Amino acid sequence: MFEYLPNIIFVVVLFLGLYFFSRNLHRLYRNINLGKQIDVSDNKKQRFINMSKIALGQGKLIKRPISGFLHVVVYVGFIIINIELLEIILDGILGSHRLFSSYMGSFYGYLIGTFEFLAVSVLLAVSVFWIRRNVIKLKRFFGDNMKGWPKNDANIILYFEVVLMVLFITMNATDLKFQEMNSGNLISGYIYGFFSDYSIESLHLIERASWWAHIIGILIFMNYLYFSKHLHILLAFPNTYFAKLNNIGEIDNLNSVTKEVKLMMDPETAFSNDVSESDEIDKFGSSDVMDLNRLQLLNSYSCTECGRCTSVCPANITGKKLSPRKIMMDTRDRIEEVGKNIDLNNGNFIDDGKTLLNDYITKEELWACTSCNACVQECPISIDPLSIILDMRRYLVMEESSAPLELNNMMSNIENNGAPWPYNQMDRLNWKE
Amino acid sequence: MEKNLHVKTMADFAAEGKEPEVLFWVGCAGSFDDRAKKITKAFVKILNSINVDFAVLGTEESCTGDPAKRSGNEFLFQMQAMTNIEVLNSYDVKTIVTTCPHCFNTIKNEYPSLGGKFKVLHHTQFLNNLLKEGRLKIEGGEYKGKKITYHDPCYLGRANNEYNAPRELIKKLELELIEMKRCKSNGLCCGAGGAQMFKDAEKGDKEINIERTEEALETKTSVIAAGCPFCNTMISDGVKAKEKEKDVKVLDIVELIVTAQDL
Repeated sequence: MFEYLPNIIFVVVLFLGLYFFSRNLHRLYRNINLGKQIDVSDNKKQRFINMSKIALGQGKLIKRPISGFLHVVVYVGFIIINIELLEIILDGILGSHRLFSSYMGSFYGYLIGTFEFLAVSVLLAVSVFWIRRNVIKLKRFFGDNMKGWPKNDANIILYFEVVLMVLFITMNATDLKFQEMNSGNLISGYIYGFFSDYSIESLHLIERASWWAHIIGILIFMNYLYFSKHLHILLAFPNTYFAKLNNIGEIDNLNSVTKEVKLMMDPETAFSNDVSESDEIDKFGSSDVMDLNRLQLLNSYSCTECGRCTSVCPANITGKKLSPRKIMMDTRDRIEEVGKNIDLNNGNFIDDGKTLLNDYITKEELWACTSCNACVQECPISIDPLSIILDMRRYLVMEESSAPLELNNMMSNIENNGAPWPYNQMDRLNWKE
Repeated sequence: MEKNLHVKTMADFAAEGKEPEVLFWVGCAGSFDDRAKKITKAFVKILNSINVDFAVLGTEESCTGDPAKRSGNEFLFQMQAMTNIEVLNSYDVKTIVTTCPHCFNTIKNEYPSLGGKFKVLHHTQFLNNLLKEGRLKIEGGEYKGKKITYHDPCYLGRANNEYNAPRELIKKLELELIEMKRCKSNGLCCGAGGAQMFKDAEKGDKEINIERTEEALETKTSVIAAGCPFCNTMISDGVKAKEKEKDVKVLDIVELIVTAQDL
């Protein structure tokens, strides 16, 4: 009976890891669905191409060659090394040891050798990431709200990766049977020498400890994702799939407004049957996260806080408060707050007197945007901070009438004489004189 | 000597029972702003010189609604859009050319779902097409061999992916193009977009147009070319603030062509 104890413990640990992970995913899905529905069912082929190029192919990251290259190393390493996870899980459940080695022959050595090479590459890349963040202190990793949790989170992720890679190599290095095969121990073969004085028993103990710590570490990391910017490793895929397909210069036309404008321009339609009375009048624009659409909320959960957007924002570059990254982080913080509120109140949101507007994002930030789309262009996973800024401006103008005075003047000029300046429309052709 | 410009309105064409090959959407800046009016005239001079049968809407034209939309006033935008679309459709307009990337973007991308489906071209694209058809010939003139830099308007470049058309024209003018550090899809905004043109900037440590102008001046060229009346104003102001207006000219691509062709 006791001989099966490790198998049982493993299955229980694995089950707990997956159970909590699925709970996290469920909460994520629930929170995103607090947003408004958006039709993204069109052009599946193009969406698939975008996802393949941008998320799977890392196409937009390469634009910044150094960080882009390092990211590809960590990304490829992460994905390929995780193939090993399959063997680890099967070994754990069945109580076998390196199950695949007996089926794969010499190919097994090549496979593990590749993993070891990648593990060391990841270690190197992660070290450079850490140095860029903590020693060189690259500007884009600081500023606006990159203090406290966001700052720690970034480093915790790097430490996690270091620990997992070190455990993986140690596990291989102290595995006598694997070292005796002498195939695939590309890196661990050298580390093995370091353990030459150790007894077989201690080697076995270290090997087992590393093996368990490695798999438990992965399960913890998986459950850490939801609370971290590292969630992007999952959400980058749906995010690039659902991202806007049209020219980025296009801003959607609000259907609710179209209805009203048509009524105004052609009052007769008011009495036609097309307009049913049950049509609720929508709130125009967004003052809180529930007014945003689901894609915008997905965007906020996908953001990796890399700051490429903020580093190219003309307003931010010239010292204004606006930071597109902060817009995304604020949105995520607020939707999380709303989610927790719902959890505490048996599935209902109880008004907490707060909104995304004012309590998180100020008017000053919103009015500093030039709508130049540099942030949208720059985001490596197609996040659109501009759409949130515009939806909040819509709320400010159409619900609160609180645009800056000069903009109100501009708008009344357009209304009265068809130009943003106070010129007479009848003078429109005077330029040719 | 200012030659007389030959400009007909859509109403003129309709009265004659004819249709122009293209509608020139002049835009508010092009109609009213003194600096931008020169760009409008320069473009018309080129069209006149090769007998392009174009029309303008004249007093029937009204703001596309771009600054209202980007300020958040979707109501005003859609009222403007629907009124304009009604006018354009009543004349059965098919092709529109405009010297303003904001009008260009709005009519091209935001009018179709409101019932306004037109082929829309920026003036640099339109002139490029004429070049390819052989109707327009451009050679180096006064500025031949001179160094020039080009500022990508956000609403032509990033928003609509057009980086080549203006550069092709610069090449034809036999000018040496020196790119700024931030160019094409990395281009920095002039500071006027999103209705910023009509308001003071928020508190910061610099004006955006100064940041952009400094970058343009770093190229040590004598001409900063642009393809947008608003960018033109912002960078001209920047050049003035840097007291460089004697050494550096801010010109639209069509103004370069007019000077080169001595129109």
